[in-house]
Amino acid sequence: MSTVSIERQRKKIHPHKFTMWVAIGSMVMMFAGLTSAFIVKSNQAGWKTINIPGVFWISTAVIIASSITVQMALRSFKQREMNQYRFLTGLTLVLGAAFVVLQWIGFQQLWEQKITFRGSGAGQFLYVIFGLHAVHVLGGIIALIIMFIKAFAGKVKLYSSVPVEVMATYWHFVDILWLYLLIFFLIIG
Amino acid sequence: MSDAMHIHPEVVTTHDVHHDEHHVHHHKETFISKYIFSMDHKTIGKQFLITGIIWAIIGGLFSVLFRLQLGYPDTHFPILETVFGKWAEGGQIKPEFYYALITMHGTVLVFFVLTAGLSGTFANILIPLQLGARDMASPFLNMLSYWFFFMASIVMISSLFISTGPAAGGWTVYPPLSALGQASEGSKLGMDLWIVSMALFVVSSLLGGLNYISTILNLRTKGMSMTRMPLTIWAMFFTAILGVLSFPVLLSGLILLLFDRNLGTSFYLSDIVFADPNGAGMIILPNEGGSAILFQHLFWFLGHPEVYIILLPAMGMVSEILSVNSRKPIFGYMAMLGSLFAIAILAFLVWAHHMFVTGLNPFLGSIFVLLTLLIAVPSAIKVFNWLTTLWRGNIRFTPATLFAIGFVSLFISGGLTGIFLGNSTIDIHLHDTMFVVAHFHIVMGVASMFGMFAGIYHWFPKMFGRYMNSTLGYIHFWVTIVGSYLIFWPMHYEGLAGMPRRYLDKSSWVSFTQFGELDKMITIVSIIVFAVQLMFVFNFFYSIFKGRKVTTPNPWGSNTLEWTTPIRPGHGNWEGEIPEVHRWPYDYAKDGREFIPQTEPVGENESKH
Repeated sequence: MSTVSIERQRKKIHPHKFTMWVAIGSMVMMFAGLTSAFIVKSNQAGWKTINIPGVFWISTAVIIASSITVQMALRSFKQREMNQYRFLTGLTLVLGAAFVVLQWIGFQQLWEQKITFRGSGAGQFLYVIFGLHAVHVLGGIIALIIMFIKAFAGKVKLYSSVPVEVMATYWHFVDILWLYLLIFFLIIG
Repeated sequence: MSDAMHIHPEVVTTHDVHHDEHHVHHHKETFISKYIFSMDHKTIGKQFLITGIIWAIIGGLFSVLFRLQLGYPDTHFPILETVFGKWAEGGQIKPEFYYALITMHGTVLVFFVLTAGLSGTFANILIPLQLGARDMASPFLNMLSYWFFFMASIVMISSLFISTGPAAGGWTVYPPLSALGQASEGSKLGMDLWIVSMALFVVSSLLGGLNYISTILNLRTKGMSMTRMPLTIWAMFFTAILGVLSFPVLLSGLILLLFDRNLGTSFYLSDIVFADPNGAGMIILPNEGGSAILFQHLFWFLGHPEVYIILLPAMGMVSEILSVNSRKPIFGYMAMLGSLFAIAILAFLVWAHHMFVTGLNPFLGSIFVLLTLLIAVPSAIKVFNWLTTLWRGNIRFTPATLFAIGFVSLFISGGLTGIFLGNSTIDIHLHDTMFVVAHFHIVMGVASMFGMFAGIYHWFPKMFGRYMNSTLGYIHFWVTIVGSYLIFWPMHYEGLAGMPRRYLDKSSWVSFTQFGELDKMITIVSIIVFAVQLMFVFNFFYSIFKGRKVTTPNPWGSNTLEWTTPIRPGHGNWEGEIPEVHRWPYDYAKDGREFIPQTEPVGENESKH
């Protein structure tokens, strides 16, 4: 392949990466819809605010850590340090799973404070919005598991960093989305 | 990798993987991988089309059934009881059945036919072919898109066969009617299945939309700059953007509705009191603090862009077909593009005009009136350009051309009544009347169906390598256009007189008895028009197998790239290298030549486009 074409390749974003960005746009719209519903509702009668359980702070730390590990995994993949890549992917996987478990614990603590599905205050929105966010993290975990297995079942050597980059982009997105949601609930909830 | 790849470096970046795969695996193609779990965009497009046709027959049949009730409210049709049993006891359609029919007619036609069937079909078939791409950016996601649509279809179909019947609260599923199982039979299991089906549908249309956008932006062949794209592609592009940004919001709204229905939350419910069906007095529900208007905002934030998701692909195809068949360049390409863009932006800013009388703040309403009426500007630009494209053209009246002209006619007629309804003051009188039914059926429903028919007749040779029968096509067109106006035009008068939509039986209102005969006429015409659509379906399937064979790769003398492929293109579309593009797609009747394909280099003395 000529150098010109390689030059062109570098300039253009890979369509799979681009697709992920568009998908992120649509997920942003979904959560924008939910949080604007939250704002509309919060101005109406019978609105009840809540105190965010402390465990959500731990989960915040965990997901930020996982964002760092996924970025490191991407870097080691690009440097072809495959053992380190496998380790960091596995670590991200564990952190992601820990995040979902911590969210579940947070839900349980809220439930014990008698904040159930009954009513229409911040608590009910929290279950829906944080729950949907956790579903998005679970989707990322499934993708990570697939990549983790592929990294070991390696008869075919993996050279294209595109899937890893797409994965990392998505993972950073759910991380930033979580920060947005947490801050949103802290300020308005 | 072939030599071709060196000449077209962009192609390498995007297709190196898939392209090689296809060539390696060609001989291994089985029936299942070729026709069922296919990753070829052309096959997926045909799957969308045929599924859409099946849905159109079902949805159309529903409208014939409720038209029977509206035209003949006192007549008994024993055959209805034979077929539908308890839903039509004594040969008359029961109220629950009637509401289920109108709800399903709306849902099926809006989403399953005119969204999946229309843009699913033509975006899939045309985007890679007209851009010069071997397939979509992600053929796998594209396949998933169809199969999510298929699952949504299965769930929706199954809801027709449960004992409490399908959703029956109108296609807009407003709570509290849709949120409370006690409210009606159709708000029980049928409503849950509706939500699940729509959630699957949203996933399908998101996967499709992602692919369309990234294919259009990333996989264009060499020389195909954005302003050299056919208007079909521009229309599909804006359609996909609208879908990707608005469908997720509908999903949010439906998730909250699902919680309200099944888990006891009160997002939409407040202060509900209803009479106990067993006569034990009034029952007060514990739900408090919910807002039914909130759902309407979330619903119409999708619902209005959805109108353009339906309409824009039809607009794009009509532009292309009119230009090709009047043998003239499209008039005002950049204006067409700019008006598409303006419509796409305005689509997000007008949703509350569906809510003028549902409790919306009147001050807010006045802003939405202004924004709504602004849509008239880009719409008028488009109509002007279609007419000037036809003006003094050397028009070939193929069935596709006729349907495209029919689209323009319907778009004008229906668009004008939009100016009435867009005014919140006039809407106080006209809302929820047959006037609204007339308006949106003409401007969006029938017009987009015409766009779809035009597209099917025009690109059938590309899809199946055969022509559809033109005589049947002409009969199809004339009966449908005359019939559509006969059906929907009188509804304006009914609506102006205050006749409400969605009512089962209006015979107890003396003021509406004058419309009794008119309603009978509408019913008879709808049965005739429905029969002619069945004839079209026959023509479609017959022509796939027995139609006249296409013998030339470019039967319409068209400039666009899809006609540079073999008559029956395989997976990968072009056998050799992908052609390079040198000009815009509308060089018709230029320099004494009838048409100059996009692949032809610009001559020395030629003005560049």
